[in-house]
Amino acid sequence: MAELSAAEAYRILIGSRIRSQLAYRTSFWLNVATSVAVGLVEFVEIYAIFANVPVFGGLDLRQSALVFALGNMGFALADTIFGQLDTIPSYLRLGRLEVLLVRPMSLLLQLVTSEVQLRRLGRLAVGVLIVVIVLPGLDLSYTAGTVYLLVVTPFVGAAIYGAFFATAGGLQFFLIDGGEFTSAFVYGGSYAGQLPGSVLITPIRILFTFVFPATVTAYLPSLLIMGLPGPRFLPAWLGWFAPVFAVWAWLLAWLAWRAGIRRFTGAGG
Amino acid sequence: MTTEPIVQLDNLRRSFTVRQKVGRLRRRMRVVQAVDGISASIQPGEAVGYIGANGAGKSTTIKMLTGILVPTSGRVRTCGYDPVPQRRLLAREIGVVFGQRSQLWWDLPLRDSFRILGAIHRLPTAEANARTEQLVDRLALADLLDTPVRQLSLGERMRGEVAAALVHRPRLLVLDEPTIGLDMISKERLRHFLVAERTEFGTTLLLTTHDMGDIERLCDRVLVIDRGRLVFDGTLPSLAERVALQRVLVVDLPEPRPDLQVDAASHIGSDLDGQRQRLAFSPRETTAAKVLAEVSAVTEVVDLTLEEPAIEDIVRTLYGVG
Repeated sequence: MAELSAAEAYRILIGSRIRSQLAYRTSFWLNVATSVAVGLVEFVEIYAIFANVPVFGGLDLRQSALVFALGNMGFALADTIFGQLDTIPSYLRLGRLEVLLVRPMSLLLQLVTSEVQLRRLGRLAVGVLIVVIVLPGLDLSYTAGTVYLLVVTPFVGAAIYGAFFATAGGLQFFLIDGGEFTSAFVYGGSYAGQLPGSVLITPIRILFTFVFPATVTAYLPSLLIMGLPGPRFLPAWLGWFAPVFAVWAWLLAWLAWRAGIRRFTGAGG
Repeated sequence: MTTEPIVQLDNLRRSFTVRQKVGRLRRRMRVVQAVDGISASIQPGEAVGYIGANGAGKSTTIKMLTGILVPTSGRVRTCGYDPVPQRRLLAREIGVVFGQRSQLWWDLPLRDSFRILGAIHRLPTAEANARTEQLVDRLALADLLDTPVRQLSLGERMRGEVAAALVHRPRLLVLDEPTIGLDMISKERLRHFLVAERTEFGTTLLLTTHDMGDIERLCDRVLVIDRGRLVFDGTLPSLAERVALQRVLVVDLPEPRPDLQVDAASHIGSDLDGQRQRLAFSPRETTAAKVLAEVSAVTEVVDLTLEEPAIEDIVRTLYGVG
């Protein structure tokens, strides 16, 4: 008999996770509601800034809202798929990683599919909603380029944030109880990604563009969409290279992950 | 024609560096030899018990031969693979049950764990279903399939764990403390299944245990490890020649009595002025029932327990003799 295809294997894996979440309907919808609330509260932060200043990092409220929404959509997607990687410390503590290592599937994929948090899509809904509300008022010219950027940016952003999760995951193997670290790294990165990049001081701006490309997840593509120039060291045209930045982010993630596994198999549980 | 051994260990070593705090800021590095030069080979179809005290190096060896841990030096081959670099290839040939760590999906019905494992091992659905059905039947799991794993009792869960490790028909089954914490009936049921499984498929068995009953029922060869070194490698009868694998029947009597003298066992101690007495017997020569019958002929028995030989005692005796 032919071997089961990889696609079919993942379908069974992910399907079982999704079914288990939907088994408790009330709890599921409560979780979705919470996730929506988190997205809204984060947006209120941006809104609160504009209650005091008319322009923030060279952008007005609508323009900042677009940056926030695109960044948030990318992060929500990444969180849904890769968010499970922040549970590595508990796997390490309970010695459960050994069990995963004696299975013929990559550890990263096993951890990722161990829980597909659909509720986190609640945040995605907030992002979509904000984009729908602000777009008409932005007075954009819908060229092939802007439409491409609007559609692709959340997915490239998800890839970049996913790489952050994986990088942090790999580094967890070197830390004792690294949950805090993951949060700081991943949520810090996403925070930087959802703000106008121009408000970051120069070294941070460079760090979150050329090392951990957070500003590429929303800010730079948004500048291109709105036809605005970028601040110092951050020309808007870099936004066209977002997929290249995503590849770079995954290269870092791959190195961190490989080092993490080597650390684990070399030093034991 | 000689077949390749399923497990081959050549002078295998593994050390760990432990950092100890000395004073407020200074730290001292100490190197601990967890596995200190073990050589052994296991042929396909063998059933090997791997015993030793806690911290003797059993788990470290198991981790090295399943690809979870890199040896410090020496060589290990499992199913013809170099375990760590070829971990995922090896994973398709071996099944591992870590008694203390579940491989089942705790919030899903037991049935789903088998489906997911079948998918992870890329088994064609029909083949996975047929094998699962067979295991469910033999391990009496049918009534539990729709129960979430977290609601299973320990004995039920362990049967599930063993089934889960066998879904992909591994050539080598590694069991790390499979019967720990189980009651007698659960233990016996599991052992019975493993014996049948081995007879039918010729699965190689490697198990670590603290329970001599597991060894007696399941294994035809015993490896004893102590402080990282192999101190015995031979058959169970030859181990029995070197150490007394005696069981102890402890009987509580209604009132104090002088030391009991029975033919089938030897009196080895009394407590509470003789109200509790300890009788040692060799399970190869007699049974607990016969000893108890002899005692009952002399006096009433209020309560009784049966003690298995402790691994620690076996290791100690091996040292005394060798």
